[in-house]
Amino acid sequence: MTDYAQTPVLQTEKLTKAFGSVQALSNVDFNLYPGEVHAVLGENGAGKSTLIKLITGVYRKDSGSILLDGKAIEPHNPHEAQALGISTVYQEINLVPTLSVAENLFLGRQPTRWGLLDMRRVNTDAKALLKTYNLNIDVSRTLSNFSVAVQQIVAIARGVDLSARVLILDEPTASLDANEVQMLFEVIRLLKARGIAILLITHFLDQVYQISDRITVLRNGEKMGEHKTLELPKRQLISQMLGRELLTTLNEDNEKKLATEANADTFLQAQGIARRGMLQPLDLSVSKGEIVGLAGLLGSGRTETAKLIFGIERNDRGEILVKGRKVSLKSPRQAVQYGFGMCPEDRKVEGIIPELTVRENIVLALQAKQGWFRSLSSKKQEAIAQEMIAALRIVTPDANKPAGELSGGNQQKVILARWLASQPEFLILDEPTRGIDVGAHAEIIHIIKRLCSEGMALLVISSELAEVVDYSHRVVVLRDRRKLTELTGDDINEQTIMQAIAEK
Amino acid sequence: MLDTKTEAEPKQAASFKLTQALRRNRRVLFPVLILLLILLGDRLIQPNFFNLRIVDGRLVGSVIDILNRGAPTVLLAVGMTLVIATKGIDLSVGAVIAICGAVAAVLISTTTLPPLLVIGISIGAGVLCGLWNGLLVALFDIQPIVATLILMVIGRGIAQLITEGQIATFSNETLEFVGKGVLLGFPFPIFLSLIVFALVWLLVRRTAIGLLIESVGANDRASFYAGIDAARIKLLAYTISGICAALAGLILTADIKGADANNAGLWLELDAILAVVIGGTALTGGRFFLGTSVIGAFIIQSIQTGIFVSGLPPTFDLIVQAVVILAILFLQSEEFRQLFVRLWGRLRKPA
Repeated sequence: MTDYAQTPVLQTEKLTKAFGSVQALSNVDFNLYPGEVHAVLGENGAGKSTLIKLITGVYRKDSGSILLDGKAIEPHNPHEAQALGISTVYQEINLVPTLSVAENLFLGRQPTRWGLLDMRRVNTDAKALLKTYNLNIDVSRTLSNFSVAVQQIVAIARGVDLSARVLILDEPTASLDANEVQMLFEVIRLLKARGIAILLITHFLDQVYQISDRITVLRNGEKMGEHKTLELPKRQLISQMLGRELLTTLNEDNEKKLATEANADTFLQAQGIARRGMLQPLDLSVSKGEIVGLAGLLGSGRTETAKLIFGIERNDRGEILVKGRKVSLKSPRQAVQYGFGMCPEDRKVEGIIPELTVRENIVLALQAKQGWFRSLSSKKQEAIAQEMIAALRIVTPDANKPAGELSGGNQQKVILARWLASQPEFLILDEPTRGIDVGAHAEIIHIIKRLCSEGMALLVISSELAEVVDYSHRVVVLRDRRKLTELTGDDINEQTIMQAIAEK
Repeated sequence: MLDTKTEAEPKQAASFKLTQALRRNRRVLFPVLILLLILLGDRLIQPNFFNLRIVDGRLVGSVIDILNRGAPTVLLAVGMTLVIATKGIDLSVGAVIAICGAVAAVLISTTTLPPLLVIGISIGAGVLCGLWNGLLVALFDIQPIVATLILMVIGRGIAQLITEGQIATFSNETLEFVGKGVLLGFPFPIFLSLIVFALVWLLVRRTAIGLLIESVGANDRASFYAGIDAARIKLLAYTISGICAALAGLILTADIKGADANNAGLWLELDAILAVVIGGTALTGGRFFLGTSVIGAFIIQSIQTGIFVSGLPPTFDLIVQAVVILAILFLQSEEFRQLFVRLWGRLRKPA
C-alpha cells in the first residue's frame, strides 16, 4: 500500500483564503502522497472547494504556500496547474459532448500527418489509451452517446494522459449508479497502482471507506484532522465533520422502526417514492400539527426528498397521498394547489426575486395560486405585506424596497412570508436557518413552532442537529440517498441521530 | 449676487425636492427628455417642423408624421417589451410582418372573403407565429435568440410562398383604411397603435400577469418554485408579440397597397428592440416599462423623420441614426455618467 516514508507530491502549508469577512480556509496543512487516494471531507462551507480552487489556480491564496515535489508553485489558472501536473475532473464533465471520444482525448494535441489531422492515428491512439483503463468502446462515436461513467473515465484518461501526477476528482460519483461507481473505482485503483496521487471529494461516506487510504476533515475552513481511513471509525468521522462529540456508550437498538401509519390527521403520505440516481424508495408521513425533521449529512438525500414531494422533480416510483387521496404532482404549481409550500435551500437562486419589492415577493405565491385574472389590488398586497412584515418582524424600511437589498435572515423571512400568505396546510423548509444571524435564527425557530401549534404540517430539513432535536416530533434519518430510520419521542437527540447516520 | 444669497435656502429646498422627484421618475423622465431634445434638434434643422396644416380634412405635419410612421415600431415595441421582460427576445417580428401582410394581401385580392375576416385571419397568422416561438422557447427550452431566429429566417420564405414570389398588390378600401385611413383628422395607425398599447397595458398591469412576467424574467427558477407557470407566461408574451407584429404588418401592407415579402418590416425587429432598451427595460429581463418603450419607438422615428426633413442625402440616414442612438445609450450608461462626472471634476480642479 501507500508508503508514507515517501515525500508528499503535493503539499499545502498554512494555506489561507478569505472572501470579504468570511474565512473560507485558514492555515490548512494538507499532504497528498503518490499512489494514495486521499478523501477531503466536510459539510457545506467547510472549505473543500476553496482548497481545490486554490490548488488549481482558480483562486489566489491570501497566505501560506502550495508545494509540488517540495517546490512552491503558484498556478494562475487551471491550465497552468494542468501543465504542472495537476488535473481536475469535475462533476460536470469538462469535455465537448458533440465530439467523438477520440477527439476529446486528443483535443488540442491531435497527431498530424503532412500538416493534416491524422484521424486514423487519433483513433488508434485513443483506443490504446482507453484499453489501459479496461475500457473497450468505439472511440469514433460521439461522446454524448456514452454513459456519464464512461464520460468521466474519458475525462480522467485525458487528464492523466496530459501528464497528471495529481488527479483531483470532485464529486465523481454524484450521478452514477452502483455498478458505474464500481467501474470508476476500478479505474481509480489502476491509477493508484501507477503511483498517481488522487484527491477525492465526495459526500458518500460508504464510498470513502471503500476507496480511500486517508481522510482529511475540514470544518468552517479549518482542518479538523488527518487520518488513515482504516483508523478512523465512521462515528468519529461524523462527529468531526459536524463538530460534536459522539458518545460511544449509547445502546444501539433504542430506535424504533415505524411504519408510516395513516390516521385522521395525516396530511401527507409518501409511499416508496424514489427516483433513479436521486433517491432510494422512501416512506414518509406528516400530520397536521406535527413537525417532521429530516436529518442526515449533506448529499444524504434530504433536499432530494423535498424536491420529489414538492413536484420539482418527478418520482419514478411510489406514490404521494394528500389527506388519503392519491395525487400526481408534476410541478410546484400543482403542489401549491394542494396547499403545499416550500422554502428552498438555495435562497438566492430558488427563493428570492431580488429586483422585485418585498411586497411583490410576499404576494407572489398567493398570486400564482389565484391565477392571472384574480389579481390582488395594490391595497390588498400592501395589507398582506404589512401584516407579514409585522408578524415575522422583517426588518425593512418599507414594503417597496427591492428584496435583494435585505439581509440574508430577512430574505429568508420574506420567503417564509410568501408561503404563509398563501395559507398553506403543509410547509417544507429546507435549511431555513442557514446563513442567517443569531437573532433571526431564534425567531425563525419560534415561528416554526408557532405554525405547528396552529395546526400546520411541517417537514423541516436542517444540518443543525440541535435545532432538529429541538422542534421535531419525529426525525427521519437519511444517508446515501436512503432512509435509515425514523426516531420518535424520547429517542430524538443528537446522539441517536449521529449514531444512526454512522452505523445503520 | 446678494439676492441669490438671501434666497438660497428655499431655493435649495425646492431643488432638493425636484431632484428627489427626478430620481424617482428618472426612468420615465429620461426617455421623455431625450424625445424632447431630438424634437428640438429637428426644429433647429427644419424651422417649420412643428407646423400643422389641415389638408383634405386631415392634419398634416412632421409631428403627425412621426406618430403615424412610428406606429408599426410602437406596436412591435409593446410586444417586444413583454418578451424581453421574460428574459427573451423576439427576432422574428419583421418576418411575421411579411407573413401577415402577405396573408392579408393575397386573401383580399384572390378571394371574396369580407375584409374584416381577412384582417382577422391575418391576425390569426400572427397568433400562430407567436405560439410557434413561444412553444420553442417555453416547452422545448430553446434559447429565445435561436428559437426566434428560425422564424426570422424562414418567415420571409413563407411570405414568398404565399405571394408566389410577386409583390401582391390589391385594392380594397377597408383594408387600406388600416394603413391610410383618417379618423377625427388623425391617421388611423396612430389610433391603432395607441389603443393596442392601452389594451396591453391594462392586460398586464390590471391583472397579475405583469407581476408574474417580471418574476419569471428576474428569476425563473425561483418563480417555478413559487408555483408560477413560467411556460404559460412566456407563451402569452410571444403570442402578444405575434399579434402586435401582425397589426404592424397590416398597417405596412395597407399603406403601400401591396405585400412585399422581401422588404416589408425589414430590420424592424432591431428598431423594436432598441426602443425597448431606450425605454429602460433591461435585456436581462425582469422589470419592464411599456410606456417608455413607446416613447423609445417615437425617439427612433423622430430621428428618422428628422433626417428625412433635413434634406441630408439618404445615404447618411443610417450613420446619423447610429450616432444619435449611441449618444443616447452612452447617456443612459451609469459607467459613462460616472466617467463624465470624474472628467468634469478633473477639468474644474486646476481652475
